[in-house]
Amino acid sequence: MKSLDSLRIRIVSFFRPEDLRAEMEEELRSHIAHRADDLERSGLPRSEAERRARIEFGAREKYKEEIHQAAGGNFIGTVFQDLRYSLRVLRKSPGFTFAAVLTLALAIGANAVVFSVMNAFVIRPLDVPHADSLYALQHGNEASGYESYADYVDLRDRNRTFESLLAYNATQLGLDDGRDPSSVWVLEASGNYFDTLGLKPSLGRFFHAADEHGPNSAPYIVLTYDYWHTHFQDDPGVVGRVVRLNKHPFTILGVGPRGYNGTLLFFNPEIFIPIVEHPLIGGEDLNTRSAHWVFELMGHLKPGVTPALAIADLNSIGAQLEKAYPKDERKMTFILARPNLYGDYLGRPVMAFMAALMLLAGLILLAACANLGSLFAARAADRSREVALRLALGSSRKRILRGLFTEAMLISLAGGGLGLAGSVVLLRALTAWKPFPRWPIHIGVNPDANVYAVAVLLALVSGLLFGAVPVRQVLRTNPYEVVKAGSNSRAGRRFTVGDVLLVVQIAICAVLVTSSMVAVRGLARGLHADFGFDIKNILLAETDLGMAGYSEDRVPAMQKRMVEALAALPGVESVGFANGLPMGDDGASSDVFTDNTTDLSPSNAMINATEYSVSPEYFRAAGTTLLAGRAFTWQDDKDAPRVGVVNAEFARKFFGAKSEGAAIGRFYKMKDGTRIQVVGIAEDGKYGSVTEDPRAAMFLPILQSPSRSTQLVVRSTRDPQLLGAAMRGALHELDAGLPVLIESREGPMGVMLFGPRMATISLGVLGLMGAMLSVTGIFGLAAYSVSKRLRELGIRIALGAQRKEVLQAALGRPLKLLALGSGAGLILGILAGRVLAHIVYEATPRDPVVLAGVVVAMMLLGLVATWLPAQRALSVNPLILLREE
Amino acid sequence: MTDQAQLLPGTLDLLILRAVSLGPLHGYGILLRIGQISDNALLIEQGALYPGLFRLVRQGLLKASWGTSDNNRRAKFYELTTAGKKRLREETASWNRLASAIAAALAQQPEEA
Repeated sequence: MKSLDSLRIRIVSFFRPEDLRAEMEEELRSHIAHRADDLERSGLPRSEAERRARIEFGAREKYKEEIHQAAGGNFIGTVFQDLRYSLRVLRKSPGFTFAAVLTLALAIGANAVVFSVMNAFVIRPLDVPHADSLYALQHGNEASGYESYADYVDLRDRNRTFESLLAYNATQLGLDDGRDPSSVWVLEASGNYFDTLGLKPSLGRFFHAADEHGPNSAPYIVLTYDYWHTHFQDDPGVVGRVVRLNKHPFTILGVGPRGYNGTLLFFNPEIFIPIVEHPLIGGEDLNTRSAHWVFELMGHLKPGVTPALAIADLNSIGAQLEKAYPKDERKMTFILARPNLYGDYLGRPVMAFMAALMLLAGLILLAACANLGSLFAARAADRSREVALRLALGSSRKRILRGLFTEAMLISLAGGGLGLAGSVVLLRALTAWKPFPRWPIHIGVNPDANVYAVAVLLALVSGLLFGAVPVRQVLRTNPYEVVKAGSNSRAGRRFTVGDVLLVVQIAICAVLVTSSMVAVRGLARGLHADFGFDIKNILLAETDLGMAGYSEDRVPAMQKRMVEALAALPGVESVGFANGLPMGDDGASSDVFTDNTTDLSPSNAMINATEYSVSPEYFRAAGTTLLAGRAFTWQDDKDAPRVGVVNAEFARKFFGAKSEGAAIGRFYKMKDGTRIQVVGIAEDGKYGSVTEDPRAAMFLPILQSPSRSTQLVVRSTRDPQLLGAAMRGALHELDAGLPVLIESREGPMGVMLFGPRMATISLGVLGLMGAMLSVTGIFGLAAYSVSKRLRELGIRIALGAQRKEVLQAALGRPLKLLALGSGAGLILGILAGRVLAHIVYEATPRDPVVLAGVVVAMMLLGLVATWLPAQRALSVNPLILLREE
Repeated sequence: MTDQAQLLPGTLDLLILRAVSLGPLHGYGILLRIGQISDNALLIEQGALYPGLFRLVRQGLLKASWGTSDNNRRAKFYELTTAGKKRLREETASWNRLASAIAAALAQQPEEA
């Protein structure tokens, strides 16, 4: 048990150190007085007695310090002392402080940003109860989870390992609530969706499994909280209201929990409807087993069930289904995946990308630490005389080191704070950003406690790291030598730890600069690649006639009217339309078979080709050149023989065509047995991504394979703003209830280009930071080496050295290190560039422009970094210098 | 003075506790009491007493209060707390064990001699 006194003395020593000092002072005085009394009694005069008493007492200041320590107040006191001292020192060299704090702020900021993205995507669990036992089904042979509805029902009812199994699919529908009709992103969810996830409505009620009674039996809507907030202004009266989806009446049942936006991290739907409504809104029949349109299945494992057990269970059901429906089923094996990023489909690339970024960001921080470490070492060397003096005056090495570490910590915490603040701003912006207007894609990466903790930790660790660099130097300082000989006794020829650090750091920076240049150059080339269609002078209008309630037989006529209306606009050269566009985000592909194949199962397919349904004018409007044959006409309709246009790659691969026209007139078969005659050959293009290998593609007349959802392609040289408004007006006039999205040709490509663009931006930013770090690093070394050798330089100049010789003497070493580091970095960067080639189009590090660019960039960096020190070296006035030192 | 022994590290605290156990004392009084009970055989620099006193107060083994001394001067008086009494008992026992063990060891006659 501690007495109150013990507590009091601590409190006093902490909060009111001057009280403790006064009390201590009085006690010591009282002691000396008592001793003097005794001495006086033994016959000494009072003044002599007091003198003797003081002497006997011993080194009073020393004991006071020790008492302070014993009372526990010393630690805090000295920390404050150290802090005050460090602040004073740092204030004396604002340039150094600024550079150091900025360097760290950049490095720690970069790490905080990368980490919080990783945190949001990979580390943070899904925001549903018991997310740890929630698994999504993924195909064993590919990273997707598509199933048919019939298969879902069988998997749901026959499995014995899941609590329950839900299914959902995403689609876009036209919502008409009596005001302006708009398109909304819809999650078609199985009846057990909300119950399986364990969610509670924030208003009204959800739909349940009991609400489903076969196809189109549950016309209900549940709004997401966000959609309710933005479109219904938090009106509690929406419950029970009837709105129209694709012109069909649906009743709003309730509003989802706040912050819940579906289980996919990127994809935020706006409303939920029961999946049994799928046929009503224009989708596939629920019983068609061959139509794998259900996006994903997931559920909680039963308590005690391992993933392996669940996989075995699912696989045995899969095997039964394969046997029972050999015509419809592909291989049905399963693995379990985390639902956040649609299993491995996005999960794996995102994870790989984030890991690479984290590594690079870590390297940046390491380089920054190395940088600051050498700066600190240089400063410590500069201050060796001060250190020596303090040691000689009786300061302990521990205390001096603590001072240095306090400086390092101050800088690292300031840098960390600044970096974190910057990254929070950036992350907020990233969270608010909607990269693709068409898609409800959000990148929710708001920082949380994890991020803050990591940033602070990184700041502390890096402070310790670079603070530790000069430790050995201080420990080895011999005060007598230094005071005797002056500070620059040794002109080191051999490579020091600092040199090695700098070379490593420059190498890292050169890697970053190289890879960012490779990526940027690749992206620039990619934008000028031959896509097989035009990007300029094209405007798109996306519509879905299903949203306006058009039945299948009325669709072709309406589409023709839309084309005519748009073609009549002034300045429009041609108008075509297609169910999807190359490099768009809604490409489909089919297996195709030779004409004499009779067993049309997937394994007998000759090739797999990307498939588009296009209108007669499409090729002209899109700027896709026909190499041979003809385009479609309005006569290529349901009653005419089935025809198709294939690309050159298709002709080569499928027909073995040597010349452009060789495949014309020949036939191939589709999966459903339809024979199609090739009437034209189109140029090759890019269909899925800029980095893809040549792909076979086929174009079919849209009248023979109709689609309600289309992209109208309008070719015109008119100002896109004006033209877009005119197009919207023209379409609105045809049908006021039809939602229209006007986009540039690059709009739908954004999704495809997103990955490479993000990679390029990240690498560019990191490269820039790397460059900045090399500049500060080389600058530090050069400035230090000049200031160290100022006297020597002065003597050289006095003896008649030329400018060149002076510069060589002053800056030879930093520049040599720069060359060494850049060389190593360039080689490493070229090796790393191979990895990049998979992400960025035509990113090859063996590009002479890149190589020259890196060399020039590093040289420029060297020039910038050594400019000031060189100026200083040249402006040395030997007279003043020699007189003063 | 030369026959005075240097204190072993850590033993000053034990001596302080022992001195104070006989009744409340101020700092100088403790020094005198230690001299008295050890027959002035130990060399203690006067100032060295105080860090020990403050440490013991912080550890809750002593409590301190200001009062007036026999010399009619203001002085800070120390006395043992309950924890201090307990600590003194324990330390005394363990010191005695150590001392007798060392004494026994040193008293052994070398066998080969």
